[in-house]
Amino acid sequence: MKFSWLFRMAWRDSRRSRQRLLLFMSAIVLGIAALVAINSFGDNLALSIDDQARELLGADLTLSWNRPPTRKTQQLAKTMGRDRAYEVSFASLVSIPKTGGVRLAQVKGLTGNFPYYGTWEVQPASAVQTFRQASGRVALVDDALLVQLGAQPGDSVRLGNLSFLIAGRVTKTPGQAAIAATVAPTVFVPNQFLANTGLLQRGSRVNYKYYYQFAPGTDVDKYVRTISGRLDKDGVNYDTVSERKKQTGRSFADLTKYLSLVAFVALLLGCVGVASAVQLYVKEKIASVAILRTLGASGRQALLIYLLQTALMGLIGATVGALVGSAVQLVLPRVFGDFLPVTVQTTLSGPAILGGIGTGLLISVLFALLPLLAIRNVSPLRALRNSYEDDLSGRDPLRWAVYLLIIGFIVGFAYLQTRNLMLAVGFTGGLAVAFGILTLLGLGLIALVRRFFPSSWSYVWRQSLANLYRPNNQTLILVTAIGLGAFLIATLYLTQGLLLGRVQLSGSGKQPNMVLFDIQNEQIAGVRALVKQQKLPILQEVPIVTMRLNDINGKTSSESKPPRPDQPADTVRADSTRRPPSWAFTREYRVTYRDTLISSEKIAAGKGPYQENGAIYISMEKDYMERMHVKLGDTLNFNVQGAPIPTIVGGTREVDWSRVQTNFLIVFPSGVLEQAPQFRVLMTRVPDNQTSAVLQRGLVSQFPNVSAIDLGLILKTVDEILDQISFVIRFMALFSILTGLLVLASSVVISKYQRLRESVLLRTLGASRNQILRITALEYGLLGLLAALSGILLSVAGTWALARFVFEVAYQPDVVPLFVIASVVTVLTVVIGVFNSREVLVRPPLDVLRGDV
Amino acid sequence: MSILRVENLTKTYASGGSNLTVLHGVNFTLEPGDTFAIVGPSGSGKTTLLGLCAGLDRATSGSVYLNDIRLDTLSEDQRAAIRNQHVGFIFQNFQLLPTLTALENVMVPLELRGERGAQKNAQALLDRVGLGQRGHHYPTQLSGGEQQRVSLARAFANRPKLLFADEPTGNLDADTSATVVDLLFELNREAGTTLVLVTHDLELAARTQRIVRVKGGTVVSDTQERKSERVIERANGE
Repeated sequence: MKFSWLFRMAWRDSRRSRQRLLLFMSAIVLGIAALVAINSFGDNLALSIDDQARELLGADLTLSWNRPPTRKTQQLAKTMGRDRAYEVSFASLVSIPKTGGVRLAQVKGLTGNFPYYGTWEVQPASAVQTFRQASGRVALVDDALLVQLGAQPGDSVRLGNLSFLIAGRVTKTPGQAAIAATVAPTVFVPNQFLANTGLLQRGSRVNYKYYYQFAPGTDVDKYVRTISGRLDKDGVNYDTVSERKKQTGRSFADLTKYLSLVAFVALLLGCVGVASAVQLYVKEKIASVAILRTLGASGRQALLIYLLQTALMGLIGATVGALVGSAVQLVLPRVFGDFLPVTVQTTLSGPAILGGIGTGLLISVLFALLPLLAIRNVSPLRALRNSYEDDLSGRDPLRWAVYLLIIGFIVGFAYLQTRNLMLAVGFTGGLAVAFGILTLLGLGLIALVRRFFPSSWSYVWRQSLANLYRPNNQTLILVTAIGLGAFLIATLYLTQGLLLGRVQLSGSGKQPNMVLFDIQNEQIAGVRALVKQQKLPILQEVPIVTMRLNDINGKTSSESKPPRPDQPADTVRADSTRRPPSWAFTREYRVTYRDTLISSEKIAAGKGPYQENGAIYISMEKDYMERMHVKLGDTLNFNVQGAPIPTIVGGTREVDWSRVQTNFLIVFPSGVLEQAPQFRVLMTRVPDNQTSAVLQRGLVSQFPNVSAIDLGLILKTVDEILDQISFVIRFMALFSILTGLLVLASSVVISKYQRLRESVLLRTLGASRNQILRITALEYGLLGLLAALSGILLSVAGTWALARFVFEVAYQPDVVPLFVIASVVTVLTVVIGVFNSREVLVRPPLDVLRGDV
Repeated sequence: MSILRVENLTKTYASGGSNLTVLHGVNFTLEPGDTFAIVGPSGSGKTTLLGLCAGLDRATSGSVYLNDIRLDTLSEDQRAAIRNQHVGFIFQNFQLLPTLTALENVMVPLELRGERGAQKNAQALLDRVGLGQRGHHYPTQLSGGEQQRVSLARAFANRPKLLFADEPTGNLDADTSATVVDLLFELNREAGTTLVLVTHDLELAARTQRIVRVKGGTVVSDTQERKSERVIERANGE
């Protein structure tokens, strides 16, 4: 048989069915658009990271540490490479004397010619040269900080004991995303002046870093491999261009994971749309197939005609989708812009477009094949007898082959999107379970209605219920299609909520935005009254006691030096790796006391702070405990203003430092420190700058020693960033949700042809419009409700699995939006169903009986 | 050589747990150019017999030889090829492909054979049935009689050796029926096709050379047998 004839037949046959095929096509368009947009963006991001990798690092290699390495390594660090720059960085409060603004910033002391690659965008450009000469106390300050504190080049910035002249405004530092500069803006100063600021104290977290430039053509990775053993042993971090490329890619893993999920869901919805649309399309075409068979067409030819038709529509849909996706991807870098450390080039990504078109074609063929296979078995006898139905009920081994192909495709596609086989298998398994459950539910509904048919109910009810199980019913297909649609939409919505919940947790809302420090015990009542007078809430009030550490397990600082080989080992010395660092004994500890944990804390091991038999059990922050090389049950003796207090480590906590709360490394139980000299910190939330100013004036006049820090600015920035993230997440989710609704709509629209003739017959027999409408509404309502509810229940399980295994966050379903989704899906099903039957109501039944519809 | 030979044809359907035999051991043979009518009341097994003769279905037992090819040993696709080569159909409800124009409907059997000039031949046939100007119309845009004429043109398109017609006038009024039937017999005569007609209409049946009456799945009378009986009687009488 000539292939060209099959094409011609496919084309001719499609002419009168294009409207229906269009629906089938639209299911693919949005799915592929989302896929192409996301993959193009991913490709462009990877490409840009690749292109700008050197600029990301600003050097060929960096070495960094926060504990000094051995002298030998330090010597090596000072001599490596053709040229090098040195940077000391730490977080500190900085102030602008002119405006009185204070803000937490990153302070970086620099020497050398950083950056070696990429441009350090500073205004005026000459400021970089001035800075590098380091002849005076000059600073380069991030634009965000200058804006927030109302300063500009020419003003001065104060760091600890020293003031620096702001020589330039930094708009971009190589390797730093705009957002990073906003959250933790940097003040660059020449390193030589750092010591005199008095900010570099023992125990403060300081990071030391070398930037290296090597001679062109040097294989830096190879060189690093020769010294990596020593660096690892000394706790020195190293970063090469290729390593940074990988890391930058990895740091977008969460974003990529979510976007992949969105693309995956959009595409799956497309698949559901294709399968259900073609299923119903095939039902309509069976009579034509039977005629073709009587005329001598083989089963294979008949199948190919319709397969070509769907493939062609799939191809067109995929191409349109790819075009739409390419247009959307031009917008994405603008949406994500500030989060990215590189400038993303928005070029059309050939692989993403071709991949999208290929995928669209593949899914349209694969998912159409399942219903289309039945065409092979259509008996020509149907042309003689309308009631002939034996041909399509038999088992077809090819169906199983197609099922296997579909499973293979979903696993393969999920793997390509996530690069994680376990995850891909998990996704597919979850979907298969959802599909299976929905199928069982559909079958269950049919059996249940048939078994317990309410014969005494009104005609309208009986007719619509009977529609659920009579021959030609659409129960199974609509329950699975709408159910899967609702399942995917709800899962996406819940996942979006999951991610938004995570970012909003640290946002402002009702969180404190003003902190009052150094309130003495006798002042606390007065400060409280002052705050309340302004009608401000007291969100948190914490006592703070300062103390020092005398010894750990009875060993003092001098005793915990590294052991000499001839010395007998004791508990602390026995294991040199467990030796507490000397700064543990020299720093000052600010601790609080309470018996309970607060919302930003979680027990990691042991218990919260408590007293038992006169012993004091304290709680330590988990990371800090590890850095101190202390374990549960160790004894720590503190010195509170001369009074020794022995304590035992009773538990450790994980602390969420991103929350605006007073968090502590060490927490004592109540009943120990109440009488010790202490001060308090009070947190409140001021609604506006004016109230803030009034409160601060009140404090200055009544309690001059109390200092207030307005966190509003920082929180506002954080809020803006979080809003932006929320927008990104919603924007992408919207894509898939739209596809889902479209698929839903097309499933229902296509199903109308099933009921149209019957409704017309009923009308000829004297059924009123109202009765027909009610029968239709009830049937679709029941189907929609069952499908939506089961889809949503499944999505709760699905989201739980995603939360647990993919995003690794806790999950608590929010019931209200789920009800909303269920209602929307049900109402939509009914509305579209009823809207479809309008033809019955407006057209004379004769048209339909003549076969004109 | 006979064009259609039916031997001991039996068809049983499994229905609701019990078996329903709709044809019991039917036998007959048709020579090329014969015109043949199967008549009988509703449910007598006429259409089943037609379907089996045309290779649209398989018999439970017995065999059908079409142009000396035994149909019941062939697969459905092989039978489809036989249909395309040797068989034409006319149905009570016309069975035109609703998505194709009249001309395209007539072209299908020719195109299925991979013949050149399908469009020209199809157009000539449409002209012959008097619908040369309506080729671009879709079936829903044609009246019942016009649809059946298109169906006639399609049936003769592949120059079949055998034409099966299932109640060809069942859906038409008396006047239209007469036109269609005249056209059917004219075309049949011109092409020298063997015609197998299933009908209730005894007047229509009377236009064929031979009538088989079916009742309860068995042949209750066959005019050819009577004719031959008469011939024998006459011979004996003489």
